[in-house]
Amino acid sequence: MSIEALAELVNDNPAIVRWGRNMNETFMVEVGDLQYLLKIENGLIQKVEKGPFVMRPWRFAIRASRESWEKFWQKTPAPGWHDLFALLRRGDVKFEGDQRVLMAYLLYVKLVLAAPRNA
Amino acid sequence: MKLEPIVGRYAQIDRHRIYFEEAGRGIPLLCLHTAGSDGRQYRAVLNDSSITKNFRVIAFDMPWHGKSSPPAGWQNEDYRLTTGSYTAMIMDFVRALGLERPVVMGCSIGGRIVLDLALKHARELRALIGLQTGAYVERYYDAAWLDHPEVHGGRACGAVAYGLMSPLSPENERWETVWHYMQGGPGIFTGDLYFYQVEGDIRGRLGAIDTSVCPLYLLTGEYDYSASPRDTEAVVARVKGVKFVSMKNLGHFPMSENPEAFLGYLRPVLEEIRK
Repeated sequence: MSIEALAELVNDNPAIVRWGRNMNETFMVEVGDLQYLLKIENGLIQKVEKGPFVMRPWRFAIRASRESWEKFWQKTPAPGWHDLFALLRRGDVKFEGDQRVLMAYLLYVKLVLAAPRNA
Repeated sequence: MKLEPIVGRYAQIDRHRIYFEEAGRGIPLLCLHTAGSDGRQYRAVLNDSSITKNFRVIAFDMPWHGKSSPPAGWQNEDYRLTTGSYTAMIMDFVRALGLERPVVMGCSIGGRIVLDLALKHARELRALIGLQTGAYVERYYDAAWLDHPEVHGGRACGAVAYGLMSPLSPENERWETVWHYMQGGPGIFTGDLYFYQVEGDIRGRLGAIDTSVCPLYLLTGEYDYSASPRDTEAVVARVKGVKFVSMKNLGHFPMSENPEAFLGYLRPVLEEIRK
């Protein structure tokens, strides 16, 4: 799975886009040592940029190992690997930056990051 | 049209106006909903004729939840559930309705409080059923964000509930479960989580539970990471005579996210209790 395919997966799915309709933010997703910046405009993913980045701003970052994301992105993930907060409880994901914005768009962010399951 | 056999009523109990639904006749089976939700989670149990032919199934909305009112003056203080207030509320309801030795079944916070009921009220109860029971859960996220003016509480609470379910549960039942969460009043889920994440630690008292006085059944869905099977097993290891069932493919809201699968686990437990 490539995170670069996210834009297509999300933007073609109005059931996801509607939950991010008011979101205009850039956030980081870290997959192991690879960094990606997702630029969201009105719930649509305008850009997925691959790092490394130098002094680029983002509103919040979600960091997990490649192994964790691979388990998370299984078509039917196993118990404990099926949700961002499942990873959080097991200590396999880190949320950094503006937690307020992350929590405001939590349902959208969860649906976006789980979209590769249906790829 | 299909008219369901469920009937809803209001009861005025002390300073509270409590909404409850019921169906069936026989042994009282009192159902406790999860944090920040309401009695609709038990719609399938209330609608199951194989259960209601032998049980009077009752689900009440806790004060501040569902169609129950908050008490007068609620606007002046934060809502906070504690072990003491939760157990008192349940037993007040049992006495007010004159329920004789009911079976009490609760999920999540309700699955936790059945442990306290086992400690304090075992002789007044026929049996206890804990769904998604853990004696304590270490805080892994900050529930204060669910009650913040710059975060939509309904959306955030719904997002938290969404993830706690099994990806294998039927989509329509999962989103129904999310909807209940999205309808919660401001700060109510957070106030319930005060009991769940902070005050309601029952670990140190587990050894005093006597299941020979009141049988205790614990059923846990494997997709739950809030009260995981491991959390329930830690209770089972400390309490003699508990009957534990791990529920495959189910998450934190078994009765609501996948009613059919859950009823398959619940019916044999209720049959055993009846005999």
